[in-house]
Amino acid sequence: MRFQVSHITHYQYDFNVTLSQQLLHLTPRSFIFQQCQSHQLMIDPLPEERQQNQDYFGNITDYFSIQTPHQELKVSSYTEVELLPRLTLDTMQHSRPWESVRDELKLEYAKNAEAHAYLFPSPHVACSDALAAYAKQSFTPGQQLIPAAFDLTQRIFNEFEFDPNATDVGTPLSQVLANKRGVCQDFAHLMIGCLRSIGLACRYISGYILTKPPEGEPKLIGSDASHAWVSIYSPIYGWVDFDPTNNCLVQHEHITVAWGRDFSDVSPIRGVVLGGGAHSLDVSVAVEPKA
Amino acid sequence: MVNIENTPSPSDNTHPMLHPILQTYPSQQHRHDELMQPTGTPRLHWQALIETLEELSPEQMCQRVEAIRHQVRENGVTYNVYADTKGLQRPWGLDILPFILPQEEWQTIESAVIQRATLMNAILNDIYGPQQLMQDGLLPPALVHGHAGFLRPCHGIRLPDDYALHMYAVDMARSPDGQWWVVGDRTQAPSGAGYALENRVIISSAFPELFRDLNVQRLGGFFSSMRDSLAYWGHQVATNQSANNPQINPLGDGEHPLIVLLTPGPYNETYHEQSYLAGYLGFPLVQGSDLTVRNGIVWMKTLSGLRPVHAILRRLDDDFCDPLELNPDSLLGVPGLNDAARRGNVLIANSLGSNLLQTGALLGFLPNLCQHLLGQSLLMPSVATWWCGEPQALETVISNLENLVIKPAFPQIREVPIFGDDLSPTQRAELEQKLRNNPQNYVAQEQVEISQAPVWSDSEPASLKASAIGLRVYACATPQGYVVMPGGLTRVGSTQDERVLSMQRGGTSKDTWIISPADNDYRSLLRKSTSSQDLIHSNIHLSSRMVENLFWFGRYSVRNHHYTRLLRTAIRRLLEFSSTQRSTEWPTIQALCTWYGLMAMEKPEDHQDAPELNDESIEALLISGIFSIDQGQPSLANHMQQFFTLAFNLRERLSSDNWRSINQMVKRFGLALPSPTLADAILLLDETSTSLVTLAGFALDGMTRDQGWRFLSIGRRIERLQLLCTLLRNALIMPPESNLEWLLELCDSIVTYRSRYAAQAEWLPALDLLLLDENNPNSMTFQLKGLIKYLSQISTTYGSGGEGPFIEQLSTLRTLDPDTHLSPGNSELIAWLNNTFEASVTLSDALSHRFFSYSGTLQEHLQKTNIQQEPLHF
Repeated sequence: MRFQVSHITHYQYDFNVTLSQQLLHLTPRSFIFQQCQSHQLMIDPLPEERQQNQDYFGNITDYFSIQTPHQELKVSSYTEVELLPRLTLDTMQHSRPWESVRDELKLEYAKNAEAHAYLFPSPHVACSDALAAYAKQSFTPGQQLIPAAFDLTQRIFNEFEFDPNATDVGTPLSQVLANKRGVCQDFAHLMIGCLRSIGLACRYISGYILTKPPEGEPKLIGSDASHAWVSIYSPIYGWVDFDPTNNCLVQHEHITVAWGRDFSDVSPIRGVVLGGGAHSLDVSVAVEPKA
Repeated sequence: MVNIENTPSPSDNTHPMLHPILQTYPSQQHRHDELMQPTGTPRLHWQALIETLEELSPEQMCQRVEAIRHQVRENGVTYNVYADTKGLQRPWGLDILPFILPQEEWQTIESAVIQRATLMNAILNDIYGPQQLMQDGLLPPALVHGHAGFLRPCHGIRLPDDYALHMYAVDMARSPDGQWWVVGDRTQAPSGAGYALENRVIISSAFPELFRDLNVQRLGGFFSSMRDSLAYWGHQVATNQSANNPQINPLGDGEHPLIVLLTPGPYNETYHEQSYLAGYLGFPLVQGSDLTVRNGIVWMKTLSGLRPVHAILRRLDDDFCDPLELNPDSLLGVPGLNDAARRGNVLIANSLGSNLLQTGALLGFLPNLCQHLLGQSLLMPSVATWWCGEPQALETVISNLENLVIKPAFPQIREVPIFGDDLSPTQRAELEQKLRNNPQNYVAQEQVEISQAPVWSDSEPASLKASAIGLRVYACATPQGYVVMPGGLTRVGSTQDERVLSMQRGGTSKDTWIISPADNDYRSLLRKSTSSQDLIHSNIHLSSRMVENLFWFGRYSVRNHHYTRLLRTAIRRLLEFSSTQRSTEWPTIQALCTWYGLMAMEKPEDHQDAPELNDESIEALLISGIFSIDQGQPSLANHMQQFFTLAFNLRERLSSDNWRSINQMVKRFGLALPSPTLADAILLLDETSTSLVTLAGFALDGMTRDQGWRFLSIGRRIERLQLLCTLLRNALIMPPESNLEWLLELCDSIVTYRSRYAAQAEWLPALDLLLLDENNPNSMTFQLKGLIKYLSQISTTYGSGGEGPFIEQLSTLRTLDPDTHLSPGNSELIAWLNNTFEASVTLSDALSHRFFSYSGTLQEHLQKTNIQQEPLHF
């Protein structure tokens, strides 16, 4: 399946910004389930300086700086990707009991080196007994990893309410768990916290989902903005993605941009500006299938 | 030579006859004694010190101790304690007796520290590079991936000569068997080397002969090595910068790379040390806001524009260094700094991410790592330390809690050490639960009975006492390997809890003397002598922030001086004249005091309508205007405090004499009695005035005539100009028959006046002296001429300094006709004063805008720099 994505971020400042330095995670990466066929980044006003790099997690980063005074900043990202088939729940029948995965991660580094970057607490994901307890209702003794993870996905979807006004970027997980409200970012962090609290490796995925659902299906939550979900490490099946906001195993409606330990590693736009005063932010995303 | 070790010991262990001074010195069986041998005689390397002490009378000793205390206070050696309610600073604690180690023993310490620094550097290179150590099972992944100090954006950065660790320190202590152990490593931005240097300056002058006779190893060479090495890599950076950036020229012959010391600012606990070191090394002391990154290069904002920076010695924690790639909440950092390092355009010492190794959890793995990476056995053992993240270690720890200290394994866990033997059974059970819940977050360290050394106690009767000590030793990287400072910071246990060696918690320090039989002065490996270029290099990079501070320093010192005189004039009038005698001039004086907020009352619309106050209420208002420390009241005490803060920010630009003077002056306000009288006030104002005259003298005689000095002088002239305008505008509308002596007194011109006119002051000669006389340093003409001169000097370097309006005002002033214009109430003169005042305000703003505004105080920075909102994921 091929998709085209446009992702436009628009900042407006009260006063002139005299120096703007921005670090972007907007260029989608290519990997076994996705081929990024083209990507274009347009920045207005034109930056004096631009640079592309790869971060620790293998994501593509773009840096730019604008050194002339401006009161508006518009970053437009246009992408064409092809999604490749992923494993379905039916094909992942042979996953191991989760405890054996946990123990192997603890004892055998070399076999699963890549997973270790995602095994420990991170800036937005503090581990806790409460999260472990919540996870263990799905990760019952002897339960297989993949079905348990899917169960946790479903529980988060059913027990938590999507509420854009309940949280902000600084809301701690303990509060999300207590109030049972939040947005996709919170649900992803929550699920990651649950898994890491019981010794499993899990990463945060930043990306997009299809804006217009196929006929007869409801519109997906999070489709008007950039989206986030999680990916769980399985020694047998590799990284398996679940979307707790949409109650599903990720198949062919999720476009991946970048991954990291949590939001702080893959924030789409992160920057420091000199001057500017207060500012407003407007984000729009459109994802459409392409013939 | 007599071998003291083998001297048969007399029967009495304290040897009262041999060394009376040792009578009070307590020996303790359970710890190593640095001074005494088990046989009860002093160790050979302490003999000379003991003999010196015995030659000194108690009074002499007392004097020397007092001299040290004095010097610490006057040099302003301080240690900021965040939690200290008494204020920002505490004087640095320094014992008069040095800690002495013989050369042979030192050599083993030195090689152990070199080995350990090399090892730490190799571990950092692996973690921020191939990460083979985890692959090989030598390093638990939790100590890397679970450590908040592992900064992923710093992974993969190539470092010159593979040095990640340029400055390294190790905390050591000695166990009862005499063996030195490592207690902890400092890999982030080790503090204390500057304090060690200051300790040395102070203590070597307390015992100058002894210092010379014992051949104490010098510290200077270590700091030269450090500077030379940073300069060496700075040159490489400069080459890289100019190769990749057409707008940057290569360094010329004899041109030095720009190395700066990056500080978190004056509120940091060791800010004093940082400014001292910066001054000693000749590096500009900069805050994050003094630097900016453009096109992958770090620039310093200087008076003459942006200058490329080649190396940064940082004292700012690594994650705070770059809000763009690292901690986004940091307002102290430089956005883009990490990218500049990645592109090889700046050397950061220590490299960002080095905090990772500052964890006790690593200690247990070092012997194997040393064997693996260096092919050597670890020369100095670490105090037995268990990382609870290993299941076996956890069980060992839990069954031995009473002998252990539990500490956090990672810097992000902010908890104080817990001593197992302090715990009740319930507390012990709680701790056990905590360890079991999050074992990877804790380390347990064996409690060591650390050695004791003599300290001088001057509480009566003054005597030799013993205190627990630990030693912090410093190493720095050079292109040829690590070198070690021959000495270090000896930390002395606080009296409350001598298990804890912490300056933060009230401990004190000692100078550390490594004594050698022969004179083998320690010299830099790179450079053999100072060249003439070294002498001129530090002043050309004046930061805008520094210049702005100098400008305001000039303004505030004149302003405070004027306020001091004004208050003194008012009080003298009050004391010497009855209310009727002072009737004509008093409303003006009161109006000026009120205008400047020194008399806290409703400002009258017009001074003629000033409310009638009786002498008692005036007295109360004036006293409060001098001494009040209520927030928001513009009292002299509060002005002085502000002035002190400003001076504090300029600490590295001020000579110790200058600083001492300011310190003393401000301190007097803090020492005021609870209900001061007018006599106290007069005394304080007199002393303050004297100090401010001294300060002005320093500004005139004691400072180099660089651009910074020019801005300071401009500040002084602008301020005096404005004060004079305000003063004369008010005075000119007094009744013509008013007494003018106070006016001349206030302008410090009374002596000149009297020497010229032996009569009662009159308007014409008084105004001539205050306005037109070019030789009177307090006259208007003198201010204008100085201002024009300094502004035109600035013009030659930076383009017009804005002297035009002042040339005009000066020529207008000269066209005034003394007989008609120099008289009270003259409207042309008043108009001239108004115009001059306006011109000076405009100039002050223009200078700010042009030279200072791209930096500023943290407060301004907070307003200017925005960490923008990040778009969320929905």
